[in-house]
Amino acid sequence: MSKTIHEINEKIKRGKAVVVNAAEISDIVAEQGLESAAREVDVVTTGTFGPMCSSGAYLNIGHSKPKIKLGGGRSYLENVPLHTGLAAVDVFLGATVVPDEDPLNKVHPGAFAYGGGHVIEDLVRGKDLRFTATAYGTDCYPRKELSTLINIKDLNEAVLFNPRNAYQNYNVAVNLSDKTIYTYMGVLKQNVGNANYCSAGQLSPLLNDPYYRTLGIGTRIFLGGGVGYVVWHGTQHNPAVARKENGVPQAPAGTLAVMGDLKQMKPEWLVGTTMLGYGVTLTVGIGVPIPILDEDVCRHAAVKDEDIWAQVVDYSEDYPQGKKNSLGEVNYAQLASGKITVGEKTVPSGNLSSYSKALEIADTLKQWIKKGDFLLGDPVASLPGAESGYTCKPLNERPFEK
Amino acid sequence: MISKKVVLHFPRSLVNEPVICKLVRDWDLECNILKAQISPSEEGLLVLELKGEEKNFELGMDFLEEIGLTMQPLSLDIVQNRSRCQDCGVCVPLCPTGALKTDPVTRKVSFSDSRCVVCEFCVQVCPFKAMEIRF
Repeated sequence: MSKTIHEINEKIKRGKAVVVNAAEISDIVAEQGLESAAREVDVVTTGTFGPMCSSGAYLNIGHSKPKIKLGGGRSYLENVPLHTGLAAVDVFLGATVVPDEDPLNKVHPGAFAYGGGHVIEDLVRGKDLRFTATAYGTDCYPRKELSTLINIKDLNEAVLFNPRNAYQNYNVAVNLSDKTIYTYMGVLKQNVGNANYCSAGQLSPLLNDPYYRTLGIGTRIFLGGGVGYVVWHGTQHNPAVARKENGVPQAPAGTLAVMGDLKQMKPEWLVGTTMLGYGVTLTVGIGVPIPILDEDVCRHAAVKDEDIWAQVVDYSEDYPQGKKNSLGEVNYAQLASGKITVGEKTVPSGNLSSYSKALEIADTLKQWIKKGDFLLGDPVASLPGAESGYTCKPLNERPFEK
Repeated sequence: MISKKVVLHFPRSLVNEPVICKLVRDWDLECNILKAQISPSEEGLLVLELKGEEKNFELGMDFLEEIGLTMQPLSLDIVQNRSRCQDCGVCVPLCPTGALKTDPVTRKVSFSDSRCVVCEFCVQVCPFKAMEIRF
């Protein structure tokens, strides 16, 4: 039995596609068997809603009279600096950037109350934002200063462009030291006081297509409440990570670079986020539809939390010092129960990624597809696979004479 | 027997008065100090769980009012803003009293103000600023 994306799209257009979410497919396979489930189900929808730091948006604000060259100068949106290394009125707003005067973590532990992620949320919300810029002025772009309110409606382009999102699995973070630490995996209490993880587990996009068979460049996705696309593999994409027998990586592996029109996205799905003592980021909602092309794809999509494993990593010493060391393995069902065992200790576990929001995304995407509003993208190129030899390398530090 | 959590605001003039000592000695009230704080202007904030006979509790409260302490029930103080909460669950393991819980089926986060002791950890830690202090 095999189907093509084209055949499935024809069914979607006729309103006849059978679409379920990634939690439902496990039950269907258990009840009906793999063969019957693969024949009957056309699309499985996945979802995830977690902090994704490598996110941002490029904006074209339109030319002023007289014209100004923002490129090479300094620009700010609500006091948050923009990257001005592009053309005259193109700027890039990153999720993790903070105001120049932000005290960072010099005032312990570091409030990080407002930054790029919050500006993106406010922009998508349709708020008027204060844009200020200084420029060095040229013959063709003589203006040296600009202050104006801007609104997303008036921008020529506002494009979400995230170089790394939707991590395929992640670590479980603990703190072996005797002092509370503040990390991108949240606040970690001393002496393994808590364990934080960050994944939608059985709902997570790449955990449901572990070998990237059905998605690639051009896959249409739910992104930030609107429509987006997979445009490349994400940074630190690492398909060669060790996998369990079911093909699911047991440590952080693949990633996606995604893109979409910010103007049709919603602030509920792009939320400015503060990690205490660490920094600012953006929580992004992503949903990827998986076309059930054959039994193999169906079997992977039916993976359950108890079959997905993650490594417990110490973030006080091992992680910052780059030591590859696992304190043990746990699965996502154990993590979801609220308590895991690390060594001899029972430790309460917390998720940085919202499972209930991930489910809402998967169900929203399900409705879009069932209504015929959303066709599956047929990838024009694959992502580097497990056998490709592509790996994520650490930095080879090579000092030079100053 | 009644048990209540109260938030007491001490004006400067009372910061040096042995108020808790009197509540315990004169009205036999069990005092569990949940939080104590003195601000730079030397006003004091005390969050107490008081337990005792109802009559004694009322006499104790009358005494506090007479000496000029303002007091409010604790249950007003921490609020979960459902429009900001994303139900991630990172606050749940950090709550010392189990006031924050994840529902095992819906995986949404609920807040029970009767269990809250206003440690304010959730307020600091919530990535979406969904937990708010209201005094």
